[in-house]
Formats: sequence, C-alpha cells, structure tokens
Amino acid sequence: MKAIKTILPKAALLFLLFTVICGILYPGAVTAAAQMVFPDKANGSIIEVNGKKYGSALLGQQYTDETHMWGRIMNLNTGTYKDEDGNAVMYASPSNLSPAGREYKELVSQRVEKIRSAHPEKGDTPIPVDLVTCSGSGLDPDISAAAADYQAERLARENGRSVEEIEDIIEKCTTHKILGIFGEETVNVLKVNLMLDGILE
Amino acid sequence: MMQLMLQYGFYLIVLVALAIPLGSYIGKVMNGEHVWLSRILSPCERAVYRVMRVRADEEMNWKKYAVCAFLFSGIGFLFVFLIQMLQGVLPGNPQGIPGMSWHLSFNTAVSFVTNTNWQAYSGEAQASYLIQALGLAVQNFVSAATGIAVLFALIRGFIRVKTNGLGSFWVDMTRTVLYILIPLNLVISVFLVSQGVVQSLKPAETVELLEPVAVDAEGNFLENAEIDLENGVVTVDGTIVPDADIITEQIVPLGPAASQIAIKQTGTNGGGYYGVNSAHPLENPTWLSNLVEMISILLIPAALCFTFGRNVKSKKQGKAIFAAMFIMLVIALACVAVSEQSATPGLAQEEAVDISMNDQAGGNMEGKESRFGIAASSTWAAYTTAASNGSVNSMHDSYTPLGGMVPMILMQLGEVIFGGVGCGLYTMLAFAILTVFIAGLMVGRTPEYLCKKIEPYEMKWAAVACLATPVAILIGSGIAVLVPSVSDSLNNSGAHGFSEVLYAFTSAGGNNGSAFAGLNANTVFLNVSLAVCMLAARFAPMAAMLAIAGSLAKKKKIAVTAGTLSTSNGMFVFLLIFIVLLVGALSFFPALALGPLAEFFAS
Repeated sequence: MKAIKTILPKAALLFLLFTVICGILYPGAVTAAAQMVFPDKANGSIIEVNGKKYGSALLGQQYTDETHMWGRIMNLNTGTYKDEDGNAVMYASPSNLSPAGREYKELVSQRVEKIRSAHPEKGDTPIPVDLVTCSGSGLDPDISAAAADYQAERLARENGRSVEEIEDIIEKCTTHKILGIFGEETVNVLKVNLMLDGILE
Repeated sequence: MMQLMLQYGFYLIVLVALAIPLGSYIGKVMNGEHVWLSRILSPCERAVYRVMRVRADEEMNWKKYAVCAFLFSGIGFLFVFLIQMLQGVLPGNPQGIPGMSWHLSFNTAVSFVTNTNWQAYSGEAQASYLIQALGLAVQNFVSAATGIAVLFALIRGFIRVKTNGLGSFWVDMTRTVLYILIPLNLVISVFLVSQGVVQSLKPAETVELLEPVAVDAEGNFLENAEIDLENGVVTVDGTIVPDADIITEQIVPLGPAASQIAIKQTGTNGGGYYGVNSAHPLENPTWLSNLVEMISILLIPAALCFTFGRNVKSKKQGKAIFAAMFIMLVIALACVAVSEQSATPGLAQEEAVDISMNDQAGGNMEGKESRFGIAASSTWAAYTTAASNGSVNSMHDSYTPLGGMVPMILMQLGEVIFGGVGCGLYTMLAFAILTVFIAGLMVGRTPEYLCKKIEPYEMKWAAVACLATPVAILIGSGIAVLVPSVSDSLNNSGAHGFSEVLYAFTSAGGNNGSAFAGLNANTVFLNVSLAVCMLAARFAPMAAMLAIAGSLAKKKKIAVTAGTLSTSNGMFVFLLIFIVLLVGALSFFPALALGPLAEFFAS
C-alpha cells in the first residue's frame, strides 16, 4: 500500500509528460511540417478548378452515367454525415460480405448482367474483377488497367470520341508499377471522368 | 507469376534488412549506451528524470516493476475513458461529435491501453480530433512502450546474476519513447503526408459530386433514378419518388491522421484513424505509403529478436527465435496469398468474371483496394495478425474461407509470431521455456535456458503466459454464442456468422484488434466482454513474465557442458515451432471446424 502511494504520483506525472510529448508536441510538429511542405496533400488532395471543388483525387464516387467511366461497386452511406446546412452528404463503406456465400454469387451475377448489357462490343469477354466487387474502403478511387480498358469502346461511343482518344485519357490517369514490378497498374476514375467532361486537361 | 514472387520476396527482405540494424540500436538504448541521437535526446531524457525526481540508475524488483506498469496503464485507462465520454463538451471537436456511451468508452479505453486497438467505434464519426491525438495516439505510444519496457526487464532477468534489480520502469519507458518511438514516427508521418495522407486541423471538407445521387426517405440508394436538380424531383422508371433526397456533395474527412497512423503501425497498435483503417485512401493512398505502413507493422517486433540476441550476449539465441517466427510467418503468408489469388466460384461466375492476372491484380478483389491488389493485401493480412497489430488494408471479413482462417490462426497461436512490440517476444520466450522443459523431460536433462535453470516456479508462470490467450478466446466466444443478442450483430449467417464472433474474441484475446468488420460490435455485452478478454490477455502474461524475470535474476549462472541442450540450433527452432503449433492446434481445432472449415467445405 505504501509502495502504491509513492508510485501513483510518479505514474501520473510520467503519463502527463508523455501526453504533452506524444499528444501535443509530436502531432503539432508533424502538422506544421505537413502544412508547410505538402499543403494540398495534407488537406485531402482536393481537385479544385476555377474555385469549384470537384472531389478528392483519393476518394471514389459513384458513376452510373453511360458517358462516364465506372469505378468499383459502391455501398453508399448517406446517414452518417451532414454538411453545414444540414444536407446529407455522401460517404461509403465496404460490403463485408463473404465471397463464398450463396447470396454473394447471386449479387455478382446481377452485376455481370448489367455490365454486359452496357458493353455490347465486348460480347462474352470476361469482366475484370474490379468492376463487380466492392473495395476495402468502399471509397476506392481507382480501378485496374484491365477494368478501364474494358470500358474504352463504350466511352468512345457515348462521348463521340475515338477509342484512341479514350485510351489516351486513360493513359494520362494511370499509375504504373514501380520498376514495372512493384504495385499495381491502376487508373484514377475521377480524373478520367473530369477529362471526359472537359473539366480537366 | 515471377513478378508476383518478386513482390512477396521484396516485402520479406526489406523487413529483415531494416530489422537487423534497428535491433542493435534498440539494444544500445536499453542499456543506456551512446547512440547517434544521444546528443539531441539525452538532455531531454535528463530533463524528464529531473521533473520525475527519479535516478537513471534506479533498480526495481519485479513486484515494483509490475506495480509501476499496472498503475501507469490504469491512469491511462481512466484518462481515456473520461475524455471520451466528455468529448462533446471538450474543445478540439470541429465536427461536434457527442460523447461516447459508457460501454463504448470502456471498451475503447481498455482496447488502447492494452495495445489491442479493437475498434467498436468508427474514428471519423465517433472520435473528435482531441480524442484521437490526446487520448488514443498517446496510448498508442505508451502501451507500445510498456510492452518494450517489460521485455527489457525480462532480458535483464536472463543476464543478471544473484540480484533483485530488473532496471527502472520509468527509465525504460522514457528511453523507449524518446529514442525509439518519437524519431521513427516523425520520419514515417512526414513521408506519409508526402504520399497524400491527411494531417490537418481543419474541419471536414465537402466537395461536389460529379454525378448527384438520389436516396429514398429511408436512405436507400435509388438505382436508375433520373434526377431533376432544378426542381428537386427524382423519377424512377417514369414515376416520381416522393420524399426522395438528392445528394450533391461528398464528405472529405480530415484531421491529424498521419501522425497517428505512423505510431499505430510501428507500435503494433493498429487502431485506424478512419473506420476502415488503412484501406481508406486518405489513410493509405499509394503503394509506397502502403509499403512503409506494412513494413512498420513488423519492424520493431522483428528488430527486438535481434536486440534480445545482442543483449543476452549470444546473437545466435536471437536468430533462433527470429527464425522460428519467420518460418511460421512465411508459411502463413503463402497460404493467404494462394487462397486469395484463386478467389471463389461465386466470384468467378463460370468465367464470366476475369480473375486472371492480366493487367490487373485478379483474384478475390471483394473488400480489397485496386492499388494494393492481392499481393499487398495478403502480405498485410499476414503481417498484421502475426504481429498483434490489427490494422487492415483490406476487409478480412470478405476473404475466402481459408484465406480468412489463416489470420485467425495467427492470432490464436498467442500472438508470438513476432506479436506485439515487446509482448510478442516475451510471450514467445515463455514458449521457449516451455520447449526446453518438454525437451528436457524427453531426454532426461535438467531444463535450462540461457544458462539459467528452469524450475517449477518458472514453468508455472510460463504456462500462465502461454495459456492466457486461448483461455480468454475460448471462454469469451463460448459465452458469446449463447447470448441471444449477439446473433443480431452478425452481418453474415451460418458458419461465416460464427467465424465473425470467433474472430472478434480471437482478436481481443490476441490483443490484436483486427476485425471481421461485418460484426456490429458496439453493444453493451460485446463491448464489456471483449474488454475483459483484452485485459486478461494483456496483463496476465505481463505479470507472469515479470515474475519469471524476478526469479531468474536471483539465480546463478550454470556452466554450459556437453550435456546442455542447445537453444540456438535448427533442432530447437523446429521444437519451438512444434510447441507453438501444438498448443494452438489443440486449443482451437474444434472452434475452427465449426467456422471457416465448415464454410470452406460447404462452398
């Protein structure tokens, strides 16, 4: 008991010191450095053109328009957040479904059907898996290069452009593998769509 | 295929290449030797001792060391518990988030103090900036430091002779935080911001949606809706939907994320800044940010093996422990990778869906991010559950049955395959003691480890340390499946539903914190019962290992003879792996058979 009496104040003091060091000084130093050196990235990588915020390059949105490139399947969530005026704003979450379940098989087969009917040019070509699955965050901004290429003919048809032009846009929005080995070949869907709409160059 | 193998190999090699130098650095810090950061940091260290009124050469016996560790954790718990409930009236809350319920706050406070970081809350929705930085991030540091400090005390138990002193808890904590955790995390957080991880004190941003979406009155997304923005009218198939809501904006949640993400990775904490953890593009935006976060998971736990070898003055001993852990890790990783790359029949749809590796990652992409694909997701899953980290960059609930079983087994083995910082290695040393004892029985030799005789006292405490995790998991999940309200929390039914419960208790009992996230864990019963599991699995082994350290320090060293069982050769590595697997398999096979195995054979 006597030992506890001497230890307790020391434990509290050390906790206080660490709270100051790790809870105030450390995040403060990182925030200062981040805001000075990487202001855009530290504030959400928002794409702003002529004063209008067209989304974050890092957050996926839902695209269903035939003129737009489609992204990962989204599980939208509109109940959690509101803006300053009290309007609901969009967010998304992962499905957390087991890919071995029976309902899941049914769900994917519906997605396959919908994508096939929008891409008559592709016939029976297998659909890249990214287009029929929900991502880990639910907000994946990218799709694989295969999933982007799959949509090129439809985008050309619907936007009145040539397939080469579409492929050119896709290429501009592609992140390549590092040294051709590490990472994945991905296409940022928002950027592609902003280019298709003529908002981004 | 070749590229894929190179990628997996690269992840393993980078880990080992960084762990070896860090291990010897940590060894020097533990002994208070001069390191290259000493010039800047030793004045800070001395200042802390002056404020604390402690001496750098203070020696504590094991009981005092344990009381310090427990009281320090208790104070941290109380602080986090209270500020979470009061966050609604505290500053640093630009989103106006209300206080947490008592049971959610209890669960979260226990979870962060025990280095588990199980999250029944969603960070961006239920925790203010103040809570994240001042409450949770601080616990990320100090719970990690506590594990490392206790390991230091145990190592001293092995090397010291005929003494009671195991070093000072205050000094070990201060050195660990100042010399190891702060410098490492400063570098990592700034790098993460350079990749796009947010670090901001501004409130969340809203941005325009390129395509507005419509939801009905219940908030269900309306497919094929035609939206007339000017009049605010939504029509589906020609009929107007009454009370439909048109949503034109998306939220971009901000906050001091990078600084917290760095420490949750390096301190095997794992609690994400955002609800979906490192799958969130603002928490882990690129392949490079992923590489750094992923290596950080195992960096300190792997380095500590080399620290152990260096400081017991026999590098072979550290390498043997490392080898046993590494072999189990590689086997587990291979199982996850193969299962996830082969996906499931439900996803392949008789070749209507392309799961090949042409221009894409392929495989089971449900719950995985495109930029990580299968390789970086599987590697993360193995690393995070081998270490008791528990952060995720893909949703384990959506893994294939066998791919999701392996992470579960890794946790059930007691979090000793690297495990948590400090605590992983000290629990593994309990298994090593168990191994020398069993091997000693088989060949009729007196069991000894690192020249210290292993006697019934040590054996009893080692058994407590080894069995705390299985007991907490099995009793916890056993009770949970009998509670009717738990089945309402499940996202999937049948065998997969059972897996969700088993995974939750495994994660709590392994102090891991990852989740089959479909389970809605924020209920009174689950919050309290999981918290009890976390406490038992954290503090029972900690007390046990300090008791062993105290007893070993008192003993004299015995000379190595021809009859001594080597604890650094291949035979010992094999035996150690065998014992770890044996305890795990005997404890968990029945439970696994009802969950993931049943699901695999049914699909």
